[in-house]
Amino acid sequence: MNTEKYQEGRVVHQVEAIDGHSVEIPILKILKQDGSVYENADMPAIDKELATKVYKTLAFHRVLDERMTASQRQGRLSFYMSALGEEAASVGSAAGLDDGDMMMAQYREQGALIFRGFSLENFMNQMFSNEKDLGKGRQMPIHYGSQELNYMTVSSPLGTQIPQAAGYAYGQKLKGNKQCTICYFGEGAASEGDFHAGLNMAAVQRAPVIFFCRNNGYAISTPSSEQFAGNGIASRGVGYGIRTIRVDGNDLLAVLKATQDARHYAIENNKPVIIEAMSYRLGAHSTSDDPSGYRTREEEAKYADHDPILRMKNWMIANKWWDEAQEEALYELYRKDVLAAVKVAEVIDKPAIEELITDVYDVAPEHLEQQLADLKEHIKKYPDAYPVTAGRL
Amino acid sequence: MAQMNLLQAINNALEIAMTENESAVCFGEDVGHFGGVFRATSNLQEKFGKDRCFNTPLTEQGIMGFANGLAAQGSVPIAEIQFADYIFPAFDQIVNESAKFRYRSGNEFNVGNLTIRTPYGGGIAGGLYHSQSPEAYFAHTPGLKIVVPRNPYQAKGLLLAAIRDKNPIIFFEPKKLYRASVGEVPEEDYQLPLGKAEVVKSGTDITLLGWGAQMETIEKSAEMAEKQGVSCEIIDLRSILPWDVDTVAESVKKTGRLLINHEAPLTGGFAGEIAATIQDKCFLNLESPISRVCGLDTPFPLAHEKEYMPDELKTFEAIMASVNY
Ligand SMILES: Cc1ncc(C[n+]2csc(CCOP(=O)(O)OP(=O)(O)O)c2C)c(N)n1
Repeated sequence: MNTEKYQEGRVVHQVEAIDGHSVEIPILKILKQDGSVYENADMPAIDKELATKVYKTLAFHRVLDERMTASQRQGRLSFYMSALGEEAASVGSAAGLDDGDMMMAQYREQGALIFRGFSLENFMNQMFSNEKDLGKGRQMPIHYGSQELNYMTVSSPLGTQIPQAAGYAYGQKLKGNKQCTICYFGEGAASEGDFHAGLNMAAVQRAPVIFFCRNNGYAISTPSSEQFAGNGIASRGVGYGIRTIRVDGNDLLAVLKATQDARHYAIENNKPVIIEAMSYRLGAHSTSDDPSGYRTREEEAKYADHDPILRMKNWMIANKWWDEAQEEALYELYRKDVLAAVKVAEVIDKPAIEELITDVYDVAPEHLEQQLADLKEHIKKYPDAYPVTAGRL
Repeated sequence: MAQMNLLQAINNALEIAMTENESAVCFGEDVGHFGGVFRATSNLQEKFGKDRCFNTPLTEQGIMGFANGLAAQGSVPIAEIQFADYIFPAFDQIVNESAKFRYRSGNEFNVGNLTIRTPYGGGIAGGLYHSQSPEAYFAHTPGLKIVVPRNPYQAKGLLLAAIRDKNPIIFFEPKKLYRASVGEVPEEDYQLPLGKAEVVKSGTDITLLGWGAQMETIEKSAEMAEKQGVSCEIIDLRSILPWDVDTVAESVKKTGRLLINHEAPLTGGFAGEIAATIQDKCFLNLESPISRVCGLDTPFPLAHEKEYMPDELKTFEAIMASVNY
């Protein structure tokens, strides 16, 4: 019994309390902003090919965020969430995994999905809720999912994926296929009851899951100082008996290293790991939000100097794996591609009206069939009022 | 009188309640300095300080458990759940705790000072997790009161009544109308009665019943029906629980017909409860079956939101079917 073990700990006869902040958590850093590497740093496993793939993912991510935010402002898209300033967290961690590992994202991890190879068309079809969207036009923009790429479809209620990841990983363990699950969430979502339930379940049931917290300093307008009083999210891992790593989230090599280490440990020991990636949300929470209402320009400017993509680029150039001419051509190509893809996706038809009742159950029960039939009759009577579906009945 | 939108009316009611009672406290996700994601609590932190208006960590379960404790202690918590869709992590605290505190303790303790404000409903392209109308889940729970305003005047008067009522109350705010609904609102303190429906318009052929944002839909459908020579009586229920059976029954006895419209799915929706009760009270007066125009029995969609909604055309059709029965 665990409790017995601790009853035999060091005995004192005066109160000797442990302060909440006394657990010191080191932070892993490998790459400096100028592209040089810290002396004695343990490098992750990365070669030119992987580095180039990672870098192209980062660049594509930035272009996608820029263009889609602009499209939203032009009224072409209803909503968007960018990951400006914290791209290295999702991309670096994705690069540290096997393609067969499951990913459960919160919503700001499009970088991991780009890395896995989700096509530009797939991104667009989801965002424009058209009939080619894998999610059949049911969720708001940025709620991606792909069975093929082992990327669990995003759900809006925060934190719900955290205990699910523990269960999914436990299933992977039972199957014995040496695969793990990574579960992404923000430091805000880590306040939800589901977080605590999920970590405890994973620790006790010994599930090979990597809990990956993007601590970007804000949950909408709430700064992390009003989110938790302890030593970040990592300190909680210690409390649950979980292997805990804190990493500079803007340092792609450090995130990659931490994830490679975590994956190895989780699978070899059938145990969870928590990684807390320290970053900063440079952009707005979403296109519905205006951060000038709760933080200063000076604060934002301070973090702009920590751009994770620039840091990676500097390293690539220092390695002679990249140059400015390539850089310019790449961004130009991506900008062109994204704009062209927007134009295509936004004019594709909406899903057929039948999709209103599919997937509620495996087979639509009689009452849903009846409701659909009634609805179709109604639309036929008033085609002008339902322009999206009327012409296609 | 002043022109206010629904958010300003709520903000005004909160300011009055907090000025009047020092133990009134507003909190929730992003509620502090930012004023909530919809800005209902704007300026309250500046006026009343960080102890009385604050951001909570992101935990609805925590918010409602905290609110229960605070109310049990005698303070007046006014908690915000950012979207009604996210009230479910707090379901246990509300349904098992808030609702039963007084009963289980023999009134040794109660959380009657508690008010929960939360935006509900569709019409904002929010898809399945930013559009739900979950009132029926809570209506099934004895011990809670449920209130839904339809315009700024009601929002202020009903919210002040809710805050001062001695029972835990869920106050569902139609977010589609937050900025869209603007009207004259008295600047001074006033209350509207809880549990009392409002006859919005009198008529003789059919009673149309609804609440919150759907009242606009009902009014539009009534205009269409009037053009066909059908005289509609329109009732805004305002409180889902307790609900004003007498006003509805009296109206149905006069018109002989009832149509209930709500946005939540048909099956298990509150319209079923109303239909059963009115059938019991008015069986011999009914000229046609009680009609329900509701959301479909599916999660709230995104691409097909228009098709899903119990809109004025569907309501108009149901009115005509009822009068021609
Ligand atoms: C259960 C639940 N409550 C509230 C929300 C509304 N909401 C969406 S995102 C968000 C902030 C999340 O912050 P964080 O987890 O830190 O992630 P970040 O946005 O910083 O990436 C909130 C409150 C929600 N989606 N789900």
